[in-house]
Amino acid sequence: MSSQDIPEENLPAEQGTAHGAAGHGGTAVAQRVDEDPFHDPGLPAHKPRIQDIDERAAQRSERTVALFFTLSMLSTVAFIACFVAFPVDKLVYIWPFGRVSALNFSLGWTLGGALFFIGAGAVHWARTLMSDEEVADERHPIEASPEVKAKVLADFAAGNEESGFGRRKLIRNTMFGAMALVPLTGVVLLRDLGPLPERKLRVTLWAKGKQLINMNTHEPLRPEDITVGSLVFAMPEGLKDDSHDFQKEIGKAALMIVRIRPDDIKDKRELEWSHEGIVAFSKICTHVGCPISLYEQQTHHVLCPCHQSTFDLSDGARVIFGPAGHPLPQLRIGVNAEGNLEALGDFDEPVGASFWERG
Amino acid sequence: MSTATETKRPERKAPAGERVADWADGRLGIYSLAKANMRKIFPDHWSFMLGEICLYSFVIIILTGVYLTLFFTPSMNEIVYHGSYVPMQGVRMSEAYASTLEISFDVRGGLLIRQIHHWAALIFVAAMMVHMMRVFFTGAFRKPREVNWLFGFLLLFLGMFTGFTGYSLPDDLLSGTGVRFMQGAILAVPVVGTYISMFLFGGEFPGHDFVSRFYSIHILLLPGIMLGLLVGHLILVVYHKHTQYAGPGRTEKNVVGMPLLPVYMAKAGGFFFLVFGIIAVVSAVATLNPIWALGPYRVDQVSTGAQPDWYMGFAEGLIRVMPGWEINAWGHTLALGVLIPLIAFPLVLGAIGVYPFIESWVTGDKREHHILDRPRNAPTRTAFGVAWLTAYFIMLIGGGNDIVATHFNLSINAITWFVRIFFFAGPVIAFIVTKRICLGLQRRDRDKVLHGRESGIIKRLPHGEFVEVHEPLSQGELYRLTAHEQYKPIEIGPTVDKNGVERKVSLVKKTQAKLSQSFYGEGNQIPKPTAEEYKEITSGHGHH
Repeated sequence: MSSQDIPEENLPAEQGTAHGAAGHGGTAVAQRVDEDPFHDPGLPAHKPRIQDIDERAAQRSERTVALFFTLSMLSTVAFIACFVAFPVDKLVYIWPFGRVSALNFSLGWTLGGALFFIGAGAVHWARTLMSDEEVADERHPIEASPEVKAKVLADFAAGNEESGFGRRKLIRNTMFGAMALVPLTGVVLLRDLGPLPERKLRVTLWAKGKQLINMNTHEPLRPEDITVGSLVFAMPEGLKDDSHDFQKEIGKAALMIVRIRPDDIKDKRELEWSHEGIVAFSKICTHVGCPISLYEQQTHHVLCPCHQSTFDLSDGARVIFGPAGHPLPQLRIGVNAEGNLEALGDFDEPVGASFWERG
Repeated sequence: MSTATETKRPERKAPAGERVADWADGRLGIYSLAKANMRKIFPDHWSFMLGEICLYSFVIIILTGVYLTLFFTPSMNEIVYHGSYVPMQGVRMSEAYASTLEISFDVRGGLLIRQIHHWAALIFVAAMMVHMMRVFFTGAFRKPREVNWLFGFLLLFLGMFTGFTGYSLPDDLLSGTGVRFMQGAILAVPVVGTYISMFLFGGEFPGHDFVSRFYSIHILLLPGIMLGLLVGHLILVVYHKHTQYAGPGRTEKNVVGMPLLPVYMAKAGGFFFLVFGIIAVVSAVATLNPIWALGPYRVDQVSTGAQPDWYMGFAEGLIRVMPGWEINAWGHTLALGVLIPLIAFPLVLGAIGVYPFIESWVTGDKREHHILDRPRNAPTRTAFGVAWLTAYFIMLIGGGNDIVATHFNLSINAITWFVRIFFFAGPVIAFIVTKRICLGLQRRDRDKVLHGRESGIIKRLPHGEFVEVHEPLSQGELYRLTAHEQYKPIEIGPTVDKNGVERKVSLVKKTQAKLSQSFYGEGNQIPKPTAEEYKEITSGHGHH
């Protein structure tokens, strides 16, 4: 950006100039060495390894490398043998891993061995027998020389001139217009990935008169089924486990039902919407939609196990800790003629995570 | 000329290998390529193999991933399970989950390959992270390698999402919970959130489409982009030639090491097999993501202790510790409690991604750098990196706050508050402490150069004084410890010229000068010993 204004002397000296490119001999270097106690002494002399000077050591290394490669071959054979020998469902006890699948365990070790020993052999070969003498290679600047750059710029100018791109503005502008518009076809094609949101996130299966069905027994819930301190999950009447939309519908309609002594309910509306202290709240967390499932009987707190949002069910499911932004929606319930719990309508606000149109 | 040689030795028939090479050279020009690269010099250092781990685990992921596609059914059609895993018989599940059970229990070696695939993915992202830190702390990102730094950064970023879409595929209870979290986060996006969610899931969550859609993203779109970036990354490594640490004989103008053929062919090639072998054994003994223990995904069910793969722990932490702020106005809701983490995630990661450009602007240095810095010699950069890592790891604690709470018997509220405070305070403390340590180490280097190495030998002088004998350093060591560059801070100069006319200095310039001062000003680096200082001290022998 503004580097051009920075005087050269502000930048540190380049290496190899201040320190002198020593090690290349000559009196000039010797002179500079005198001046600079920190000069580069040049590449140190190569220290031979035992394998470089002792042929017996080198042969030992050769045998080690060959041993590694042989072990790899044996491991591959063992892999095939294990694959054939062990049935896929055989479990064995191996200390300290416990009961493990014999096939999985043996295939892992033999495959690991077959691969590892190739690597061990190759690395040992490289380290002990191949030359370890360090050599220097020159670097060249990445930037082109000024001549090359000038040639490229001239070529580009010539090409540009011949195309008339800069001169014929009409062609240029319409081409840009065409290029800018054509990606729209791709965007439009994405339209049918899914439906529009409309009111989908606002409505659930709950409606006036729908009975609350126990998720475990699949029977309608009765007030006497629900005791203080128990947590019951419920779904709306008519929803079946095997229906096509089960996941989508239960993701909005899932209910948590607890009984709280009416005196302990702090929120007036909550008490009104309950049936003798039986309250029904959405099970779907208002943070990002996890199902809430941890209930503390004494305090009537529920905790979402995903992100630890904590709601107080005795106080309108107010958020008392964690990242959730608003209380759990409550479902207004009553009892029908058969004495079963029923909904008195849908939730009066969307369940689950917040979204822009929620309001 | 060539005809002359041919006529000279018409009877010679080239060996088969050479003839094949000749054929290829006539069409692909391989001799010129080999001339430049076959004996290419690579410097040797353990930290240079971190990038290799990334490359090899990526290759392992591709190999095992192709195998898994042969058996996996990317479908959310619901079936009732009647396979060989008894505890799940009669349970309704998606075909995706059922086929994952089949891979785990019926395909011989299927479980091993699935485990290798997942382990390699964890190691891939971890290795990229560590590799990136090596590049960062040694300043290897400086010119001419900034573009390659960005390629690497993008690979890390895409790697995280490829991992996420991958572990979402089995449609088990844990992965479904992760996808639900993602959907909830998408809903928090203002204006378009609900639309994106509907389009991504083909309707309301979970719908019947996300597994097949994630599948094509996971096996085709993201790996395709990553493969391109990876090839570019490697080409640039070869083109730039590798960086090297300072040392005798190593300059900005050369690269010292051993040739590709044979040493690195054997070492790097062998290392691939070592990495693969170790991952295979780890996969056999440490079972990861046992989807059979969790059951199929149900929107209304969840398991406790739900954790994403480690690389998503940072995002998980942000979402867990953020207070539940929500603004309701004019009939709209702004879920800041989810939106802020969603924005902070790329911003915090991006902070390290753009750092090279900030540093090159602060130094104003446009030269190439091939000699690596020792972290202590760039105290501000090192401190920034450690501060960034601190924020990252504090958030990992936040992402696992329930696990930390149950394992260490701590209050989850206390952990959450700790993370909330130390996400901001931790990096500041880390920055200050790291900078002090760096400056201390610089001082020690300076002392070592000027006074020599502490030998541990105590000498008693004739008059009774005890002194420790310091041994002078070798020439190579003297060079190595003084090879680093030290920038001078940028000065704006007087804002009023000699005629008393005020000179306009732009805000950008002022910021640059301020930052430059904080990087290289007084107290932010220890001046390295000069030749004069050294000569003065070494000439007056006798005082230690």
